[in-house]
Amino acid sequence: MTQTIKTNKDLEALRTKLKGQRESRKYVITVCGGTGCHGYGCEKVIEAFRQEIASQKLDKDVELRVSGCHGFCERGPLALLAPSGVFYQRIDVADVPEIIKKTLLGKEVIDKLLYVRDDGTKAVHEKDVPFYAKQNRLIFANNQRINADSIEDYIAVGGYAALAKAFAMKPEAIIEEMKKSGLRGRGGGGFLTGRKWETVRKAQPGESRYVICNADEGDPGAYMDRSVLEGNPHSVIEGMVIGAYAIGANEGYIYVRNEYPLAVKNARIALDRAHKMGLLGKNILGSGFDFDIIISRGGGAFVCGESTALMASLEGKIGEPRAKYVHTAEYGLWNRPSCLNNVETWSNVPFIINKGADWYAGIGTAGSKGTKIFSLVGKIKNTGLVEVPMGVKLREIVFDIGGGIPNGKKFKAVQTGGPSGGCLPESMLDLSIDFDELTKAGSMMGSGGLIVMDENTCMVDIARYFTKFLTEESCGKCVPCREGVRHMLGILNRICDGEGKEGDIELLEEMSEAIIDGSLCALGGTAPNPVLSTIRYFRNEYDAHIRDRKCPAGVCKALITFTVDEEKCVGCRACAKVCPTQAAVASDRPATVKGKKSDKLKAHTIIQDKCIKCGMCSEACKFDAVKIK
Amino acid sequence: MDLSHVDKICEAHGNRADQLIGILQDVQAQYRYLPKHPLERVSECLNIPIAQVFSVATFFSAFSLEPRGKNIVHVCMGTACHVRGAKRLLEEIERGFDIAAGQTTKDANVTLETVNCVGACALGPVIVVNEEYHGRMDGTKTSKLIETIKGSKK
Repeated sequence: MTQTIKTNKDLEALRTKLKGQRESRKYVITVCGGTGCHGYGCEKVIEAFRQEIASQKLDKDVELRVSGCHGFCERGPLALLAPSGVFYQRIDVADVPEIIKKTLLGKEVIDKLLYVRDDGTKAVHEKDVPFYAKQNRLIFANNQRINADSIEDYIAVGGYAALAKAFAMKPEAIIEEMKKSGLRGRGGGGFLTGRKWETVRKAQPGESRYVICNADEGDPGAYMDRSVLEGNPHSVIEGMVIGAYAIGANEGYIYVRNEYPLAVKNARIALDRAHKMGLLGKNILGSGFDFDIIISRGGGAFVCGESTALMASLEGKIGEPRAKYVHTAEYGLWNRPSCLNNVETWSNVPFIINKGADWYAGIGTAGSKGTKIFSLVGKIKNTGLVEVPMGVKLREIVFDIGGGIPNGKKFKAVQTGGPSGGCLPESMLDLSIDFDELTKAGSMMGSGGLIVMDENTCMVDIARYFTKFLTEESCGKCVPCREGVRHMLGILNRICDGEGKEGDIELLEEMSEAIIDGSLCALGGTAPNPVLSTIRYFRNEYDAHIRDRKCPAGVCKALITFTVDEEKCVGCRACAKVCPTQAAVASDRPATVKGKKSDKLKAHTIIQDKCIKCGMCSEACKFDAVKIK
Repeated sequence: MDLSHVDKICEAHGNRADQLIGILQDVQAQYRYLPKHPLERVSECLNIPIAQVFSVATFFSAFSLEPRGKNIVHVCMGTACHVRGAKRLLEEIERGFDIAAGQTTKDANVTLETVNCVGACALGPVIVVNEEYHGRMDGTKTSKLIETIKGSKK
């Protein structure tokens, strides 16, 4: 039976009770139930823990916590044991009985489940893992302290205390506090959150207004909003209620991607529980303030991350942006003042109210405050979600936290800011994570995707990739974006197909200018960024494609050939087995086995006329004999 | 065609026009695509022009006006998957089923679609088959997956 909380006193009483309940159990096993770990089959591990705990009758002593994402997706499934603090990774179902018997009850550490550092030493605790050591997990820390679907857990770790504190403040004072904190929108724009709230509060006096949470995380390569909404939905809800109270809204929306089923599910459960407890609905905590939130699922359109398009979509219309000389803060959803912030921004709010603006403003740089979650992905050793204070250098994220590039390859670029951002080369790695610094360098913060690229990534192909993405996602309203981006794609296709011409680069630059000037919304206004930044930093690769008809990274099919190095080929037939067009065949020359020419085995060769350059042979070859030139 | 399901879906959303996208999602979950008659019924229930329903149904990439196959294969084309070779895997699947992305096999067993990011970037390249994530894919794992899907045809 859910207890209804009517006053601040009720909330504190419940918190004390829940804390007591939590502490009554001797041991806690926290298993990451984030989307990344699901991909490794963590639900089987969770079930195995559940059965083992039941069969050993440990229910009273052991709490099994299924939490949201812990961030270190590279090494999933992950588990944390309390009170010992032992951190295990790459857990298999078969390891479960041993973990309970040896580590949980026996205090013995299982060596093979520990994280191995680069120098070969093993890390017993999470804080000793380099991936975690340099992070400052503010938003993300609670993910592993709570069951993702439990409001009780959230309250036990201090949840909704900020809301109670906010209700004791005047709305204007909350807005002042937000302004003082320096929090800037985490969705990409980087607009001052407090100032936005102030505008919404003052606009159209006496009329209804809305708060909206943008969880339509469309940036390819970014998934932090998903992980926050999946793992700690109440932090977002609490932030929204505080925001609604500050600006005077009684209705809110969470606009979430339908591609995120777990986020939709956990947000729904959270709203339902908050409602039943009286933390949403009428007269919340006896404040006299009413507020409710509706979930609206997106239809899979990147442009709906743009505020006016998102609001059009919320009204049941197609997601076409409109001109923003009238801001959505004044005339947004249903032409009413609307406050749109993204998931990460909302979840920052309770921290600022709880700990104060001065504390928050103490983290970060002069112009960018607080922490930021990045999704560190691509050609990087430690993929996952990392939360760092603003001001950290890109190099620290890529090499210290991310562990650098796998397989001994060379770093080439890091892409930030999604399709609106740009690619930064090695020479820019000492750049600080800061809204303004990144923009100056020709990229942008965006929602926080950091996609690392190595020597085998072709930068012209990357420019083509983003341009193709934007061609598909342009809503089609503005001609420069709809037609211009499409024509840029045509030119890039030509360059990648080995038919580039002198003057193509200049033409791309000229078109970029027109598209930036002639588009209404940020999608069109930033669409040329990936092309411009790759031209700026990797012009030599464009030149190689156009002048030398070569793709230095070995990616663009028209410009590469697959051959077999006979000195390395052992004649194992692995390539011939996987070749879909029978282009990889045995030649009449002998293979080289352990440095000697074989009598029986034949070195293989690739018949160029038949080769479709699918790369299956090079993937299958264990001897590095297939060469791409 | 029995359209009582559609009525129920619209009702569950309070017959509100602003819930159109959610309604279409539920209708699509029912029929696996958006057939003509249910769309007309949605327009009647919500009292909005069919043109508005059609514009929304064609604007968002999540909706399909064509019947879809028994198995829906989504290849993630997000940046993280792209740099790890998603395009190569997509081509392999296209060859394997002899269809292009966006098409359905003649026997209606498989529909192949691309997604611009499924948000499982750490597992890239990712292929999602009937909402089940297959991460860290390579050519060999993909060809096995293709065979499994072909074998599921009954």
